[in-house]
Amino acid sequence: MVSALPPAVIFEQVSYKYPRSEEYSLKKVNLRIEQGEFAVITGPSGCGKSTLCKCINGLIPHSYGGTFKGKVIVHGKCTLEHPVYELAQLVGLVFQDPESQLFCSTVEKEIAFGLENLGLPREEILARVEEVLDLLGIAHLRYRAPYELSGGEQQKVAIASCIAMRPKVLVLDEPTANLDPLSAKSVLDVVYALNKKLGVTVILVEHRLEMISHLASKLVVMYRGEVLTQGPPREVLFNWKILEIGVGLPKPLLIALMLAEKGFPIEAPPLLPEELVELVAGGEER
Amino acid sequence: MIEVQDLWFRYPESDYVLKGISLKVPRQSYVAILGENGAGKTTLVKHFNGLLKPTRGKVLVCGLDTREHSVASLARRVGLVFQNPDHQLFANTVYEEVAFALKNFSFPEKEVKRRVEAILAELELDRYRDRSPFLLSMGERKRVALASVLCYEPDVLVLDEPTTGQDHKQKEKLAELLQRLVDKGKTVVVVTHDVEFVADHIPISIILSRGQIRGQGKTLELLSNEDLLAETFLFPPQLTAILWKLSKLGLHPAPSVEEVVEAMLQARRQSP
Repeated sequence: MVSALPPAVIFEQVSYKYPRSEEYSLKKVNLRIEQGEFAVITGPSGCGKSTLCKCINGLIPHSYGGTFKGKVIVHGKCTLEHPVYELAQLVGLVFQDPESQLFCSTVEKEIAFGLENLGLPREEILARVEEVLDLLGIAHLRYRAPYELSGGEQQKVAIASCIAMRPKVLVLDEPTANLDPLSAKSVLDVVYALNKKLGVTVILVEHRLEMISHLASKLVVMYRGEVLTQGPPREVLFNWKILEIGVGLPKPLLIALMLAEKGFPIEAPPLLPEELVELVAGGEER
Repeated sequence: MIEVQDLWFRYPESDYVLKGISLKVPRQSYVAILGENGAGKTTLVKHFNGLLKPTRGKVLVCGLDTREHSVASLARRVGLVFQNPDHQLFANTVYEEVAFALKNFSFPEKEVKRRVEAILAELELDRYRDRSPFLLSMGERKRVALASVLCYEPDVLVLDEPTTGQDHKQKEKLAELLQRLVDKGKTVVVVTHDVEFVADHIPISIILSRGQIRGQGKTLELLSNEDLLAETFLFPPQLTAILWKLSKLGLHPAPSVEEVVEAMLQARRQSP
């Protein structure tokens, strides 16, 4: 269904080395993410996840320099041939550390800033600010200064400013790292809704797969700068190798792997507690 | 070790962030502090080394009233590792960063070198010793910040969100390291949202919500109290969620992955 459209993001044999670094952070990465996909990228720390994110809006190599080989193509545009400000209208990037991207005196101004730069009419800016304040449940923070908010609130403001630009691709680098469980869930729910309702392609980096893997249409596992495996989350994760490289499996999957070793047939590997328990409940209910 | 007596705190011209907190963290205990964003967790632990002073009430650290002692003297006993490593990193290389506090506390050069090398190896940072901390990933920078406090061996170690940006393997290693410190007689306090980490590793928990303590005691008991979890905006750990669902089928394994596997195998053998 989605494959009729050109892919949202393609990596072709991408290798990248930061200036002053001896090692390549990305090594011949090939990746294809279709429009409308919800892709989750995971892997041990230092495996190149954040570096990969910065390639999607052209920050690498345009702002970082270094040695870049191969090609990244976003909605048909090769990032090497387009400046960051142009790619930024296509790709929204939310960083791990929200403080590094907030600087205005109020939340409202922070969200409006990017829109003013696009030269949008005032009514349109006001309408969009309203919309995202509502969407993220932060209308009450409107007149607060971003720097005096808690880490979780700041992350929501950062996501709101990004979403207000209506990017086609939303890249989030561990967006829930500083959030409490309930705020984390509400942020992921919002991102999921944006993906489903507006068809925004989502590329999200996360370690805690138990929170997110059931929402993903594709899971990409990176290891030492390479893409180790990619595919539907259940298939990719139902594999001891994933645990061996240092990625934490959701407990239902871990238990299913242990069950399978003891001869328990597992047809659809469970990602959620209820799916695991169904493996023994099924017989009684049917 | 740390005693908090009816602590109230507010920043100038704002509402109270902490409202009547009383707690004791005994020597050699291993405690988690859980609670929603803005619950007051970070504000609370900033009182543990005197960075913040009570508006009302009292905080005693090793018997010393924090209002009467400088941060410098308290920091030697209570090491605080911040949530955002960039608030504490500044040196040109990872080595210098970790050595800074030791040099400040006038340790001899040889001892500085020995300790720094040991802690870098322990946290798998040795290959970055000559690199700028700012060229490392978030997860790695957090480990540098941890190393710079661990190296001077404070009696109490307070870590604010140590697991964010850490992969599973690093979390397991962190858990082992913290357990070793507790076994050696240190007191460890971990502020976190990571319910899974707490359930798997930390025996005692304190749950804060909106500036007040809502629960304290054994971690697994608190985290399986459905009403408390709902009131404090927390979700049960995965294992607890699995146990709840299994109990509806009449299965009651002990809270461990192995026991759940055993119970499910048995249930399958018994079903036709």
